[in-house]
Amino acid sequence: MTVSEARAWFVAEVLPLESVLMQYIQRNWRNQSEIADIRQEVYVRVYEAAQREIPEHAKPFVLTTARNILINRVRREHVVPIEAVADLESLGAAADEPPPDRAVMAREELRRLQLALDHLPPRSREAVVMKQIEGLSRRDIATRMGVGEETVKRHLTNGMRALADFLYGEPTDLRKKP
Amino acid sequence: MSTAEHILPDASDVEQRAAEWLERRACESWNEVNETELESWLAQSPAHAVAFMRLEAAWDRTARLIALQKPMRRANASTEPSSRVPVLKIAAAVVVTAAVSVGGSLLALHQQTQTFATTIGGREALSLVDGSKIELNTDTVLRMAEGSAQRKVWLDRGEAYFDIKHDAAHPFVVMVGNHRITDLGTKFIVRQEGDRVEVKLLEGSARLDANDGTPAQTAVLKPGDVAVATASTTSVTRKPMKELANELGWRRGVLMFDHTTLAEAVAEFNRYSRQKLVIADPQVAKLEIGGTFPSDDVKLFGRATRIALGLRVEDRGNTIVISK
Repeated sequence: MTVSEARAWFVAEVLPLESVLMQYIQRNWRNQSEIADIRQEVYVRVYEAAQREIPEHAKPFVLTTARNILINRVRREHVVPIEAVADLESLGAAADEPPPDRAVMAREELRRLQLALDHLPPRSREAVVMKQIEGLSRRDIATRMGVGEETVKRHLTNGMRALADFLYGEPTDLRKKP
Repeated sequence: MSTAEHILPDASDVEQRAAEWLERRACESWNEVNETELESWLAQSPAHAVAFMRLEAAWDRTARLIALQKPMRRANASTEPSSRVPVLKIAAAVVVTAAVSVGGSLLALHQQTQTFATTIGGREALSLVDGSKIELNTDTVLRMAEGSAQRKVWLDRGEAYFDIKHDAAHPFVVMVGNHRITDLGTKFIVRQEGDRVEVKLLEGSARLDANDGTPAQTAVLKPGDVAVATASTTSVTRKPMKELANELGWRRGVLMFDHTTLAEAVAEFNRYSRQKLVIADPQVAKLEIGGTFPSDDVKLFGRATRIALGLRVEDRGNTIVISK
């Protein structure tokens, strides 16, 4: 039971914080090539903790975990972070804001999904649309695109990764829209 | 690099492998063997689990957009001029012309309607220009009057949540079965199952009438009221608001149970999934379960009953059989 709750919580509460988390990591870590690994480590720690007990407030929990991980890395690797790893408050980690209005979210969600699709590389978008919108098989997509199935596979996996980055990682504040 | 508690694998490699799993599951015929393989990969490292969840969640979200887009493309493809200005203009929604819609009442045939539909496991939010909102739950068909002065929808099947901006001059009417719900400024849920109509009122008030105007069937509902109407009878009972709120978990993609019998929980889950849960033993049906579960993951719920209640859970493809 805790596994399903942890999963539901992770998807509903943690993933939407990714843009904030990425901003925080990027502000505090010089080596850009390590950022994906740091994000992974944060998610692993947060998910493991949630399987034991769901934290009451997702945002401070995620950002505190990130800070601890960065501090550990500093100690371990004797590198100097960009700034002192301390400005959690400036990201509003302490105060959890009220959730945005649902109607705004629904509209934002659609706008954002559309944008995400629009931002895919053209071939990936084509493959994703044929898969998700038209429900075609991999073989049919390959035929239509005039490529092999392995290529379709590559376009789809690239598309999946880019969609997740765009939907979760792009630092767009949903609440800023009028 | 001395004593890390975990040595996590390279994040980019993990993400690539998670994407390959997701792609295979989306594109290839998927059986229990595949599922077991995926499960064991996910269990190998929490890094695998989080990467997969993240990609899966994003991929599933795009499926929602797609559900919206498909009919819209169809509508765009038609040569119909856009000069007609509907009273209820949809900000973003599924649009199918009346000709495509199924099983409309006689009245509806004379009226131009737009149809909104969700598949099993699907969910859709509609925002209306007047500020009202409608959310469709799994396997639901709703039509909306277009080009008339009336705010009117028909719930042909399934379940929807309504949050209606009241306008005394233009009451919002939901037609369902042979009943009519007229909002008096409200939030409510309507569910249609066969000839049974259920209306749950969360805020404000609404009036429920039979279409033929039988006065005995009229009820004015207040928050907490649950009205169940069939062709011939209407009954109103009350439920604690907390319970009603739990029943809205589907709007967030979760089902919430609290001392719910397994029979009820299974019936609820089966509305959202093509793969159906089956309880093999009447004793098991009476067991109670609680918790919050993602509504789109019937397998996960099956596993939860195994873990929480110590039951046997057997995946047979079309069904998941739960027994002692």
